[in-house]
Formats: sequence, structure tokens, C-alpha cells
Amino acid sequence: MAQRVGIIGFGQTYHRSHRDDVNGVELINEAVRAALEDAGLSIDDIDAVVIGNMDHFEAVNYVDTWSVDGSGAWMKPLIKLTTGGTTGSTLGIAGYHHAASGLFDVVLVIGWEKNSESDTTGAIITCSDPIFDRFSFSGALPGLAVEASAYIKRYGIKEEDAARVAVRDRAHGANNPYAQLQTPVTVEEVMLSPMLSWPIKLLDICPRSDGAAAVIFAGERKARQLCSQPAWVHYTAVRHSHAYFGDVDYTRLHTLEAAVQELYQNVGIKEPLKELDVVELYQPYSFAGLKWIEAMGLCKPGESPRLVWDGVTDMGGELPFNPSGGVICTNCIGATGLLRIGEAALQVMDRAVGRQVPDVNLALATGFGGAYWSDLMLLGRRPW
Amino acid sequence: MTDVAIVGMAQTPYRRRRDDANFAELIYEVSCGALQDAGLEVGDIDNFITVSNDFWDGRTISSMAVQDACGSSFDGGRNVSTVEGDGTFGLLYGMMRILSGAYRTTLVVVHCKGSEGNMRLITNGMFDYIYTRPLGIEATGAAALQARRYMDKYKLTEEDFAHVSIKNRGNALRNPNAQLAASLSLDEVMASTPIASPLKLHDISPISDGAAAVVLAHRNVANKLGRKPVWVKGIAHCSEAHFLGDRDLAEAPALRDAAFRAYQMAGIEDPFAEIDLVELYDAYSYMEPLWFEEMGFCSKGEGAELTRLGATAFDGPLPVNPSGGVLSAHAVMVAGLARVIEAALQIRGEAGERQVEGPVELALAHGINGPCGQSHCVVILGE
Repeated sequence: MAQRVGIIGFGQTYHRSHRDDVNGVELINEAVRAALEDAGLSIDDIDAVVIGNMDHFEAVNYVDTWSVDGSGAWMKPLIKLTTGGTTGSTLGIAGYHHAASGLFDVVLVIGWEKNSESDTTGAIITCSDPIFDRFSFSGALPGLAVEASAYIKRYGIKEEDAARVAVRDRAHGANNPYAQLQTPVTVEEVMLSPMLSWPIKLLDICPRSDGAAAVIFAGERKARQLCSQPAWVHYTAVRHSHAYFGDVDYTRLHTLEAAVQELYQNVGIKEPLKELDVVELYQPYSFAGLKWIEAMGLCKPGESPRLVWDGVTDMGGELPFNPSGGVICTNCIGATGLLRIGEAALQVMDRAVGRQVPDVNLALATGFGGAYWSDLMLLGRRPW
Repeated sequence: MTDVAIVGMAQTPYRRRRDDANFAELIYEVSCGALQDAGLEVGDIDNFITVSNDFWDGRTISSMAVQDACGSSFDGGRNVSTVEGDGTFGLLYGMMRILSGAYRTTLVVVHCKGSEGNMRLITNGMFDYIYTRPLGIEATGAAALQARRYMDKYKLTEEDFAHVSIKNRGNALRNPNAQLAASLSLDEVMASTPIASPLKLHDISPISDGAAAVVLAHRNVANKLGRKPVWVKGIAHCSEAHFLGDRDLAEAPALRDAAFRAYQMAGIEDPFAEIDLVELYDAYSYMEPLWFEEMGFCSKGEGAELTRLGATAFDGPLPVNPSGGVLSAHAVMVAGLARVIEAALQIRGEAGERQVEGPVELALAHGINGPCGQSHCVVILGE
């Protein structure tokens, strides 16, 4: 029954702050058509559809059934998953299990969001517990600001260190025709950008985007038959540990530490900096590009600024991060985690035109969301 | 297929308002119950599936409210995912994660507190916001259209549907978890308050609070536990078109497709002869015969006649909803997993006062998503 699984197609929309030219169903359809074309398939070849977003943003309940005209799920098995910021990675992992279970051979996974139709912060606020958390952790920024402040205090890092991370991703985003933000910025520009919630400034944080992503997973036999170089799924790991923001230890990202340890142990990775070839990190703001790579075991706590300033994580560096420009250049929330998986797959398949890292054998995609939750998917050039 | 089994289960009583418990407390109650029923501890579970809906909970990332309560934060955190839809879809995804070889034991939990929401606004929100939502259509209004189309196409009457309510609310008298249990007369159902013609108060499921949990285990684990495993022998899901105007509401091709594939997986050729008991999603009285027909138990238009003749009665040849069904308790999303639990209890022979006569070797449980049963999940359980 159980079978190995590869990614055989990826499609995404042109992400913008406002896609006034399409409605939600049309936006979904744009990504689906792109993924089918990429894989050389028609919708008739799809055995099951997985879809998700954060439904308070568009105020559509039961998005799976509402979007059938765009997703192509008419008279097909269809399921919806949603886990906040981790939705996209949750969806990708579900696509993997759909095919790996042997119940389905070719699975279409769709993540999307039309943030222009939403009051993003107004919707995010409601995730916090109404009695204990909502008054203090209202929306995405406060928690991240607490995390960054705690990190700065503990390791004496500078705001400029984080700015360097934003500079990297914005430079990478210039290579990605799908990214919302494609103009490079300088450290000075980041430092001078408006303060939102200390120490987070406008250019430290992701935009809000309209966009969709679609990834096609296939069981081993189909994957080999339909694709000359699938991106094989090696491992997935998930930690959605907390219910309250007040329970989170802001000095460490425990969920990412636990998830990578599970992954490294099971896959046999001992020196991630050397063994991984590219990372698409769900990095919603610049400080995460420091602290979280420490959680991934790439360096000791507090040492990440050196890696970043030395260019280790730049294109051409030892372990490039976010060749796509990452979340800082594009954040269509329900699609964001799936974009990480799709972009990582492109790297493994050697199809990341204009943003390709040479000789990628192993690519890691992550997801982040909820109350500091973490998801991982490791993709490889050869089946595991 | 005998790869994955249900080895533990629990559900809360369903009530109009559970103001003694929040979402997490409901989930903690059923998580502990299901683990105890399985003879397992939370440390034995390597995979969790929570099922919830942001609209019903009035919270975005509604799963956040129950992540710790279900046990997924145990020991530094376990692998977990969240399905937004009926509980049967959560069971399906939990099962996939075992079949993929990644996990061995899965706890599936689902909660809903209808008392904290506004059913009309929440279900109005599932319709297209350009063409249909401004009409004010919601679950019951849409169901009325479906009931009317079903009546017109197959020459059925309101009395035909009333017999379903009489049967299921009567069955609920044996089920202590049911919210509405009553010996109704035909006159009482027919004279009950009109809500959306042809649907009257007694044709409609109540708004409920409740939660349910199921422990799934891989064959290798299930066979070692003391309890008799209830195997998931077949499972399939399918969705049809969204716009009501694109559908013939008297037909449910998605259910036909899902049932066919579930039967195929379970090796069932003649469902009426082979299946001993059905727990289906009767959110409205007319849904029971409509779904029953599409499951292939009888020809189209004959479902109501079979109910009137007693074929689906508690002591009939094929009992349908001996628990009282969704008409007697409707915690949204929970209701599908409750159907699975009720069917599994019957197979175990542990359904108490509502245990049907004779052995139950094969049972069907069913859940729906979307307006007028746009999407269906069919589960075949067996010894």
C-alpha cells in the first residue's frame, strides 16, 4: 500500500498586493492551470484534490466546496485543511500522505489567499484565546516583536544584522518574476523604514499578498512515468505544540528545534550546513532569518549574524536561503508554505529558471504559523 | 482492507448548550475517554488530527484552541494536522497518515459549539458571495430547495419525510447522548412550525454542542491491544459542483461515486444484503432516504417507501440511524465522526440500549460537507 512520493509539477500565480483582475476562484484556477501545464497533465489525470487557506481572510466558509469551479475538483475526492500560517506546509504534507497511503496516485494540492479582500490583522487577532491572550497578542506583529526583542537582549545582536537578512531576500526576490516585491533594498533603507513594533520595521516584515500555489504529488510509479526528474519527498515533520501565545518560550523556537531533530535523526543528517543544498525558510520577518537558522542547528545560538554577513546564506553561498525571495517578498498566507515546497521542488528538479542553485541534491522547505508552530518537508533528487 | 482499525472512541453527550466547558475542555474530555477506551496513554499516540471550523468557532486558526488539550503538545510536541470539514474527513486523513507508513497510532478529535455561533450567518458564508450569498440563502433554505426538488422529481410527500423524523427521534429515546428524543406522531411532525417550506421544525436537526474522538491504529498495533478492533474496510470521498443551479438537487452523484469506491475497497457487491447497519448524515429528514438511495440500497425514489414499511427501523432488516441520527443531535462536523462511533459501537456489541438485534458485522457511516451535501465521505466498518 505505502509508496514513495515525488513532486511532479508546480504552478503559481503572479503575486501582487491586489489582484483586482481575478476573484478567489479565478486566482485558484490560475495556479491549477499552471501546475497542470508544468506537469504536462490535464485535470482528468488528477485523482484527488487538497485545498486550504485561512478562511477568515476572505470570509468564505467551506472553501473546498465553494472553489470547485476553480480547483477542478468536480466529481473528485476533495478535502480542506487549514492551520493558520502553516496552512501551505500542512497542505503539502497532506498531499504527500494522500499519495504515500496508496489511496491516490496523482494528487493536486492548492494553497491560496486573497489578502486584499481582508482585514488581515483583524482576522489574525481572533486566533488568540479570547480570555487570556487576545488583549496582548493581537495579530501577527506583537508576538514577533517579543521574539525579536528577547533574541536581541539575550545575544546582543543588532538591528542591522536582521536588516542584512531582509537585504538578502529582497535581492533574491529580484530574480523571481512571480514575487510581489522584486526591488532590492539596502541595509540603510531597512533601518530607515517606518518602525511598526520595535524592533520590527516595515522592510523587516513580509507584505500581504494575493496569490495561489498548486503542487502535484504522485506515487512512485506514476512519478517516474510522468516526470523525468521528480522532487522526491524524503521526510515530513510537524510540531503544533502550543495553544496560548503566553506559553511560548520566546528565547528559542522549540517547535523548529524538535522538528529538525526528528528529521535529521530519521534521515541521517549530521551536518545540516554541509548536507543541505538549499532552504526555503518560512521566514515572515528578518529576525527569524537569524534566530531560526540557529534552531535548525546551522550554527550556535547567537552566531547566526556572522553566517549571514559572510554571505553563507546568499545565492552562491554554502547554503543559499530563499532563492525565491521568500516570505519577505511574497506572503499570500494560505499559499506561503506551499510556495516554499514548490520552490524547493523546482530547485531539486533543476527548473528554477533565473533563481536556480547549482547541483541541488537536498532541499528543505519549512512552514511557520499558529502559536509558533513549525512544519518541515525535505525533498531530494533521488528517492529516499 | 484490514490495515487500519478503530481501537478507541469517545463522545460527549450532545446538548443545546454546554456552558460548563470551552472547546479545549470538550476536547480534553473526549481525548481522555478515547485513550482510556483503547487502553492507551497519550505517549502511545504518534499522530494527531484535529477537526474544527473557523466560522463555527469564531476564531481563525480554530485548531489552536485544542492543540494542547488533545495531547499533541505532549513530550515536546507530536506530529499533528488539522482538517476543516466533517469528522469523517478527519478520520480519512488520519487513516492516510497511517497507511503512508509514517505513523502507527492516530487520535482524531472534533469539536463544535453551535451554541456560540449564529447558524444562519455561518452557513450563509459557504455560498458564493457574488451571486447567491446576497439572497440570504443558508443551510436550511438551501435544504428546502433540495427537499422540494426531491419531492417533485420522485412524487414524494411531506408525510414521507415525517416518517423519518418519527423513526429517528424515536430511536434517540434509547440513546443517552441524544439531544432530542421523542415519540412523535405524524400529526405532531406535520403540525410543527414551518421553517422553510416544505421543511418544518421536526424535519430539522437541532443546534448542538459536543465533541468526539477516535483512536486509529495500524494493524500491527491494533491486533496487540485487548479490545476488539473495528476495521476501516473501505473509505472514499467525493465532491460535486458548488452552485445549486448547476446541480440536480434530487441526485447526489458525488455520494454515488464515493459509496461505489468504498464498496469496491471493502469488497461489497450487494450493499443491502451485506451491510447490517447504516449511520448516515440526516441533517434534515428528507436527506435520509435521498442519501440511502444514492448509497445503492434501493432504487431512486424508493427510500421513503422503505422507511414507511419499516425496513430501516430499529428492528428492521437494515436499521438506519438506530442512534437517532443527526436529527437528534447535530454538533456540526462532530456529527460525522459520531456516525462512525455509533456504527463501531454496534459492531463491538457495546451500543447499550440502542444495540440492534443480531450481529452487526458490516456497517456504513457517512458524513457531508458543503451546501445540500455537495461533498460526501463514506466509511465501511467491519469486524
